[in-house]
Amino acid sequence: MKKKVMTVDDSRTMREMVSFTLKGAGYEVVEANDGQHALTVLGTNKVDLVIADLNMPIMDGLTLIRKLRAMAQYRTTPILMLTTEADDKKKAEGRAAGATGWIVKPFDPAKLISVVQKVCG
Amino acid sequence: MEDLQQFKQTYFEESGEFLGVAETGLLRLTPGNADMEEVNAIFRAVHSIKGGGGAFGFTDLVAFAHEFETVMDGVRNSTITITDDLVDTLIRANDVLGQLLAHARDGTRPPAGFAASVVAALKAFAASAVEESEDEAPAVPAPPPAAAGIAAGADGRRTFSVRFRPKADLLLTGNDPTFMLRALKALGETEIECDVGGLPTLAHLEPELIYLQWLVTLTTSHGLVDIQDIFEFVSDDSLVEITEHAADAPPPAAIKDEVLPPAAGAGAPPAVYATPEPAPGGGPAAAPGARPSGGRSSSAQSDAGHAANLGSHTIRVDLDKIDRLVNMVGEMVITQAMVAEHVRDLPQGEYQELLEGLEQLAQHTRELRENVMSIRAQPVGSVFSRMPRLVRELATETGKDVSLVTSGEATEVDKTVVENLVDPLTHMIRNSIDHGLESPDVREANGKSRTGTVHLSAAHRSGRIVIEVADDGKGIDRQRVMQKAIEKGLVQQGSSLSDEEIDNLIFLPGFSTADKISNISGRGVGMDVVRRNITSLGGRIGVYSTPGQGSRFVLSLPLTLAVLDGMVISVGAERFVLPLTNIVESLRPKPADLHGLVNRCDVMMARGEYVRLVYLHALFGIPGAVGDATKGLVVLVETEDGGRLGLVVDEVLGQQQVVIKSLESNYRRLDGVAAATILGDGRVALILDVAGLQEMSQHAGSSSSVAQRQISDASSQTHVM
Amino acid sequence: MSKSASLATVGSIRGDVVATANTNEEQYVTFTVGNEEYGVNILSVREIRGWTPESRLPNLPDYVRGVINLRGIIIPIFDLRARFGGGTTEVTKRHVVVVVQVGERTRGILVDAISDILAISQDQIKPPPTMESGLVESQYLAGLFTAENRMVTLLDVARLFAVETGDDEHIAQRAIGA
Repeated sequence: MKKKVMTVDDSRTMREMVSFTLKGAGYEVVEANDGQHALTVLGTNKVDLVIADLNMPIMDGLTLIRKLRAMAQYRTTPILMLTTEADDKKKAEGRAAGATGWIVKPFDPAKLISVVQKVCG
Repeated sequence: MEDLQQFKQTYFEESGEFLGVAETGLLRLTPGNADMEEVNAIFRAVHSIKGGGGAFGFTDLVAFAHEFETVMDGVRNSTITITDDLVDTLIRANDVLGQLLAHARDGTRPPAGFAASVVAALKAFAASAVEESEDEAPAVPAPPPAAAGIAAGADGRRTFSVRFRPKADLLLTGNDPTFMLRALKALGETEIECDVGGLPTLAHLEPELIYLQWLVTLTTSHGLVDIQDIFEFVSDDSLVEITEHAADAPPPAAIKDEVLPPAAGAGAPPAVYATPEPAPGGGPAAAPGARPSGGRSSSAQSDAGHAANLGSHTIRVDLDKIDRLVNMVGEMVITQAMVAEHVRDLPQGEYQELLEGLEQLAQHTRELRENVMSIRAQPVGSVFSRMPRLVRELATETGKDVSLVTSGEATEVDKTVVENLVDPLTHMIRNSIDHGLESPDVREANGKSRTGTVHLSAAHRSGRIVIEVADDGKGIDRQRVMQKAIEKGLVQQGSSLSDEEIDNLIFLPGFSTADKISNISGRGVGMDVVRRNITSLGGRIGVYSTPGQGSRFVLSLPLTLAVLDGMVISVGAERFVLPLTNIVESLRPKPADLHGLVNRCDVMMARGEYVRLVYLHALFGIPGAVGDATKGLVVLVETEDGGRLGLVVDEVLGQQQVVIKSLESNYRRLDGVAAATILGDGRVALILDVAGLQEMSQHAGSSSSVAQRQISDASSQTHVM
Repeated sequence: MSKSASLATVGSIRGDVVATANTNEEQYVTFTVGNEEYGVNILSVREIRGWTPESRLPNLPDYVRGVINLRGIIIPIFDLRARFGGGTTEVTKRHVVVVVQVGERTRGILVDAISDILAISQDQIKPPPTMESGLVESQYLAGLFTAENRMVTLLDVARLFAVETGDDEHIAQRAIGA
């Protein structure tokens, strides 16, 4: 059975690239353009992994991660942050909020797939 | 990353939108009054452009965006104060970003030293940022030390022992040892040993904590880095030890219990391994990582596709699809008209139901057409939004204080028209600011406010869209205009013109009353070009002015360039369509109303003034027409400059909405002809261009007729045998 | 009111194009005007239609007959006979319009009848003789071909009515400079 991944990013380009890459690797992908939208989408979609950008309007990535971790069904769901290379501070904040790991922007498709496999199979 | 190249187009489109968002936000940024939401939006816009740019390898772009982003970050953290200088620099930076994007899209390189001053300015602002207090982020320890280099075995593969003891609450971060172990297995051959010694009794077991640890012996051709990668997210607070075996050395002894120091992660339950009570028989080897399967479900929901955004009420559609839809509906209108035409000849009284049905069909077709056209309708606001930028630039260049007020942004008009609005609006606003508005000092001296206002508005009026550009400047200097017009021979000395007529002289070719060609308005475009462009779209433009108080440009355009309300007329065996908006009335003159003039140009008296007659049959060389105006009809039309022409035709056949078809796409532009259409019987009718007809008739007065000129033009390159 | 225009089409040639055995060969559609036979490359032919009445265009030479509605687009119809100085064709319903595509543009050429489809290879085409009247005339002649015992004049569709449609400005330049 296919695993379902949600990509949350306010950049259409980024969402499409992630979606394309993961679909090609056999995952199902749903999209949301900000944290609030993500929660709406999750209301009707159960996902196996959330990949979230940190900088988004309305509700940013960190807030989303915290909210997800507070929800019963997403306490242990893997959540990956999209960050830029040198952002150690953000990585730490993300982990403190409950993120599982991170993917560096710009991402290498092969690396993205391997990380996704690593955290959700 | 070749696969991802297909998203370049998306990236450029989206970046264009982001640039727009940034510009709008930057233009609204004022020192001391910053809307943090907007600042964040600007930051995100630049951040996203940078992120995508990195994905496609646009290094120049990314480098610049980084400087820009750094400053924006400072602004949103309030470590950089907002000043006028900063805003100016940021606006320039946004422009540079746009240019870099264009270069990236076109595959060209920007010139050397490009944007150097902007970069320097950005760096200066970044350096001025108040030092933030360093939040102590939890230290990220270095990954476990790699084993000393050991020679690989004979087959090039190496053997490692990987000891993994996850912190107890690892699952709560979403990590799952199962997947990590699988990832290890994927690297080569593995022997996995699980130590369940840490398991408490069932009564003390907390399902979400991990009490297990693993020792994996892995033989692989991969290197150490690949193994470390698997644990990249967990290595700082879980125990991960990777030891390489020397070839042929025996594996290390089985793992023993150890107490792990508490995890550094904030908020996690204390990660002390539960000391087990001795379990009888060593306990069963529990399956590692049995975890609540909340994530897996057989949801019947399909993916949210690219097209629809769940929870939003709009949908993105390819413009081509819309255009095709509009065309198809246009064809349907024509076909429906054809059917109606054929049906007209059926005997009255019979086929009543058929006629009623067709009447309904006609009704539905009209409605469908209107609805489809409205899909393509866009609010003019999309064009208006480019004007603040222009006004700001012009204000700076001219040293004047200008405030732009807009209204009616929501007024909708067909996409085809919107695109054609940018140029005329730009010129009208340039004109207002350059020539209309006075400098702040002059204004003050005249009792006006130092800031001049330009009011841009749009509204629907009698089936058209009317756009006004009004300024509260000094109005048109009628004396100067008259003088200039006389100088240029456009007006005869001593002729008396009404104020309005004088004002509209500025639309004549070659007209510019600027003392020196200003850098802005004098860029080779005069109001005459503006008017010609508007006219070619079926629009009209006029100006009204009150000296000392200001001027008002009024521009009217049809709601759509695809369909036209027309009057079908016949001349001989040919039929033509006249745009309804040009028509004043049609009448049959009495012989007494007609007069001949010296240069063989007939005029007619209508509504108290003399109107020049234009014989279409002569102009177009059509045989078999009713040549006599008193036996045919004269259609009185209004020309762009407000004058009148009387077109002599055979009959007026009726009013009709026609679909505009291009003549130029497969043939070429003809004088006096705006476009073509297909009437109900399937035949082509030319749509006439009143302004063109006027020109043609002016030349036709002389012996070398337009007809002859056109023929000689067309055949000058051919040898007529 | 005129009867509904009969859109009799002789058939869309493109669908019947058979792959030529010799890759050097190209197919040409040939047609007659009076006693002359002309040919154009089949790839430029969109369709062949029976003649339908045109709507006249004002003030143009007699070889520009007018425009017709081709399924929603407006295309000009040129009279090939008139173009070569033979006077305006007296049309009947049996006359034929060859609809050709030149780049983005479509136009129709009125001829008397369709003759044949010939497979012609490049080396079989003889260059046209230079005419005394200068280079201008032979611009649109792609060459001559002898089929059995008759001569076919191959026309360069792109240049045939280029001047009239304003397509090829460089032809005018060459005429001036030549």
